[in-house]
Amino acid sequence: MEFKDYYKVMGVERSATPDEIKKAHRKLARKYHPDVSKEKNAEARFKEIAEAYEVLRDPEKRAAYDQLGADYQAGQDFRPPPGWNPGRASGGATGGHFGGAEGFDHSDFFDAIFRGMGGEPPGRGGFGGMRGGHGFDMHGQDQHAKIQIDIGDSYSGATRKLQLRMPVEDETGVTMQDRTIEFVIPKGIRAGQHIRLAGQGAPGIGKGSAGDLYLDVEFLPHALYRAEGHDVYMTLPVAPWEAALGAEVEAPTPTGEVELKIPPGSASGRKLRLKGRGLPGKTPGDFYFVLQVVLPAADTDAAKKAYENMAATFKAFRPRAGLQNTGGKA
Amino acid sequence: MNNPTRYLAGFILEEQDELTLDDLCRACAAQSDLIVDLVHEGLLAPVGPAPELWRFTGVHLHRATVAVRLQRDLGVNPAGAALALELMDELDSLRAQLSRLQGS
Repeated sequence: MEFKDYYKVMGVERSATPDEIKKAHRKLARKYHPDVSKEKNAEARFKEIAEAYEVLRDPEKRAAYDQLGADYQAGQDFRPPPGWNPGRASGGATGGHFGGAEGFDHSDFFDAIFRGMGGEPPGRGGFGGMRGGHGFDMHGQDQHAKIQIDIGDSYSGATRKLQLRMPVEDETGVTMQDRTIEFVIPKGIRAGQHIRLAGQGAPGIGKGSAGDLYLDVEFLPHALYRAEGHDVYMTLPVAPWEAALGAEVEAPTPTGEVELKIPPGSASGRKLRLKGRGLPGKTPGDFYFVLQVVLPAADTDAAKKAYENMAATFKAFRPRAGLQNTGGKA
Repeated sequence: MNNPTRYLAGFILEEQDELTLDDLCRACAAQSDLIVDLVHEGLLAPVGPAPELWRFTGVHLHRATVAVRLQRDLGVNPAGAALALELMDELDSLRAQLSRLQGS
């Protein structure tokens, strides 16, 4: 497994004080929080930061980690030293933890180093050590997972497989396992909505029923279409004469090719609506073509001549008539 | 031995379900106090006159989940979470407008 340099992850010196570590964590957590951040790999970075903070904020874990010494480089192959013992198991936890609604996994490196030390991340309730309790029933936790689908999946409905690492109960108790879930993507689903799969969350404790699994839906970016709520937009390039004189053109939509009338006198940005051709549903959305006038290149003598003719014809045309120099005043 | 795959059929929360305060707390692993605070901040607007009669939808679930995570991970209080969510809404609509204007 790879060695993880938690100090490097947090961007602090090995000698950093608890206060410096806390500040660095807050700053990085804000930057990479998956709900806020638009950074690439925000979620992976955020987990890495959370794991580093979990170790460095806890004096016992930090001391154990520091025992490994500064000789390791991040990414270097790592095996725990023979007879490695990070310390007593704290709090009587007997392993088998699982996180809150988010399901928090540690890296293999973390698990190897801190096995038996009680690895509950801060602020997340776990059930380590509760398993043996008699007469204790509790509803299993709900789980969340993000899924990314194509816009076309929403038009037609689809089925999907999803691999999830989540708590599973068997004879040996509750352990984190990979589980494959096969589910239906309902027709008409929109980005930001949730699919609820009843009873597919974490197992209950005692007689408690299992939690539910919530799938948060996102659309993958599409080369042509973008959805806004249940409406779908597409940019439609048109030639200047098509926009000016009107035209009939063929254009793709997610439900098939359509013949479209461009009204004469159209400008760039004009929206043409196909009612009810957006995402399906009880009240289906609309589909919009957004016109974009594109110019042919003046790369031959004939083409240059055509532009020169235009210039001569439209002598009175003042494209910048609305611009006035006001010397920077509003 | 050819078992056809059994696909789980869920439903779209936003369209078919109504959540009670307890359901919402469970779904986003939050204490009911926090949800009540978020309602008082105006971030969640359930239907119903009193907490025990409140009915939430999936839109509320999304907002509550983000608020809970911001509080847990960044130490943001309910008022701050409400502010952050409103700013993020604005940012999303600006980004959508921008991508429309750029025709990307």
